[in-house]
Amino acid sequence: MPKMRMNQAIAAAIADEMRADPSVVVLGEDVAAAGGPFKTSDGLLDEFGPLRVRDTPISEMGFVGAAVGAASTGLRPVVEIMFVEFLGVALDQVSTEAAKFHYLSGGKVSVPMVVRASVGAGLGFGSQHSQTLETWMFATPGLKLAVASSPQNAYGLIRSAIRDPNPVVVLEPRVLYATRGDVETGDDQLVPLGSAQLAGSGDDVTIVTLGAMVGTVLEATAMASWTADVVDLRTLLPWDVGAVLSSVERTGRLVLVEESPLTGGWGVEVAARVAGEGFRHLKAPITRITCPDVPVPFGKELEARFLPSAEYVVSQVDELLATGSLPAPWWTKEEAK
Amino acid sequence: MSSSPLERRKALQNDRVERFRRMVEIRSFEDRVKGLFAEGIVHGTTHTCQGQEAVAVGIAAAARPTDQVTCTYRGHGVALALGLTGESVLAEIMGRVAGSVGGVGGSMHLCEPEVGLLPTFAIIGAGIPVAAGAALTAQVNGTDDAAIAVFGDGASNIGAFHEGINLAAIWKLPVVFVCENNQYGEYSRIDITTPIEDLADRAASYGIPGVIVDGQDPDAVEQAMNEALARARAGDGPSLLEAKTYRYAGHSRADTAPYRIPGEFERWYERDPINTFRARLIDEGLLTAVSAEQLEEAVGVALEELVAHVKESPFPEPAAMFRNVYA
Repeated sequence: MPKMRMNQAIAAAIADEMRADPSVVVLGEDVAAAGGPFKTSDGLLDEFGPLRVRDTPISEMGFVGAAVGAASTGLRPVVEIMFVEFLGVALDQVSTEAAKFHYLSGGKVSVPMVVRASVGAGLGFGSQHSQTLETWMFATPGLKLAVASSPQNAYGLIRSAIRDPNPVVVLEPRVLYATRGDVETGDDQLVPLGSAQLAGSGDDVTIVTLGAMVGTVLEATAMASWTADVVDLRTLLPWDVGAVLSSVERTGRLVLVEESPLTGGWGVEVAARVAGEGFRHLKAPITRITCPDVPVPFGKELEARFLPSAEYVVSQVDELLATGSLPAPWWTKEEAK
Repeated sequence: MSSSPLERRKALQNDRVERFRRMVEIRSFEDRVKGLFAEGIVHGTTHTCQGQEAVAVGIAAAARPTDQVTCTYRGHGVALALGLTGESVLAEIMGRVAGSVGGVGGSMHLCEPEVGLLPTFAIIGAGIPVAAGAALTAQVNGTDDAAIAVFGDGASNIGAFHEGINLAAIWKLPVVFVCENNQYGEYSRIDITTPIEDLADRAASYGIPGVIVDGQDPDAVEQAMNEALARARAGDGPSLLEAKTYRYAGHSRADTAPYRIPGEFERWYERDPINTFRARLIDEGLLTAVSAEQLEEAVGVALEELVAHVKESPFPEPAAMFRNVYA
């Protein structure tokens, strides 16, 4: 099986879909001649030419809007947003136009477009280039939302997203672009949107996570004295309720590990569903392991502290299992000092 | 009323009298819609376009049904001109099953792919880059179809205007940007919000033609559209047309437009598009004073029949809200 970095797997996925379907086009800042700021479209211009692979001006509202119009009239645009924060100036086109067009056309128009955006902390890009921001788009019926956690999943999610008849946002943890892994390519490797992956299995606790935190959690389970089902959601819209509930039914404990602030994170939705529908299976409080409610700090040690680490996941789950009570997050303990 | 959107479009394109009839239809329709809201029969809001009929009809006369149109929430007139049936538009405004999008959209949300009308936009300026994207499809697929963005003067101050037109200009996309300058953005006169008088001047910064058009004259709009569309189809890129026109009604249903300059309405009404076009068709021998009056009466009768029919037509079942969320 070939080894690929995640950025190469993404470029391979787009290329495979472009070969299969001449209506797939790629738009974004420096995606053509430069092959993408993170090399996620390397080689596409050479193979598919300037009609289908286009550098855009720094105009997210303009080119995301153009993607909506192109998708509504027969193309399948794949748009790159260099840093997810840049989606802020184009959010109207994603959430209010693309996600509503099918509904507001009585089903006569569909918008098969993909918005790819790099997300997350860990590389010292500072507060305005390090957020994950999945919740900007979470409460948006009509939209699909996926988060890649590995080269293989990135490949499969991107291909499925391009084939999907709906607008799909795919978030790509920037810290993983350079991660190498085995990648099986081909039509059999599509990851169905809405399907979680059991990235690890165990009996004591169900840990639900996604994106870059999947690796952190697997690192934690490798050093822990307990065992866990590790559920990589892979898709947030729609999310795999069944996979989470069936695991919690077996383990009786739910821990959410999120690379985002405590307040308003995606884990709130998962926790609420499990607290309601899985109430009778729970043996312990649902525990959320998140970042603190602060902007992503720049200083190297601060940024590392901001992100949930494998050691932190281990210590929080240790405490949950030992006491049966909700472990307090680290920052409340430090503030208490 | 029984004609399809495409048949209605072809009729308008082939017959100048039909263009006059359509302008009368739009005026009467909008007046009647305003009345229906005032009577409390329809809920929500609406934005009517009395006074701007010539822009809508001129665009519909020039564009092909396969050209893609993005249009604003003040879109009943453009929709009717493009060919949507009165039933489709009125039933949508009244939230009925027979509406353009089944009653889930309302006054601001109309759509008819058969005549190129993409879902209309309730967000100012949003349709401008979307039209550029529809033009991108034509360019990539190698057809000579074009796209048309219809938007108001207010949209010329939002970022989507700049980003959408700039993108279309650098890629030479086959699109025509039509600004309906009706002098007011919501309750504010254009000179309060905009430092220049002619919005067409803004085309210069994109290196594309900027053309001022008499928006009270459907023939002038059609001719300017024909030139801009020919340029677009030939691969020479976009144009910006500024149709100078006037909004007779307030911004939305509750607005009586107390902010108007005294005498302004009267000055514009001297050049009322329907009166002017009627006189021209009489001059051309296509209408007589009598036949024009008969035509206008017939439009009124048909409209009352339509209103009665839609009032009796069914509302969507609750299940309708769950349809078409995802494709």
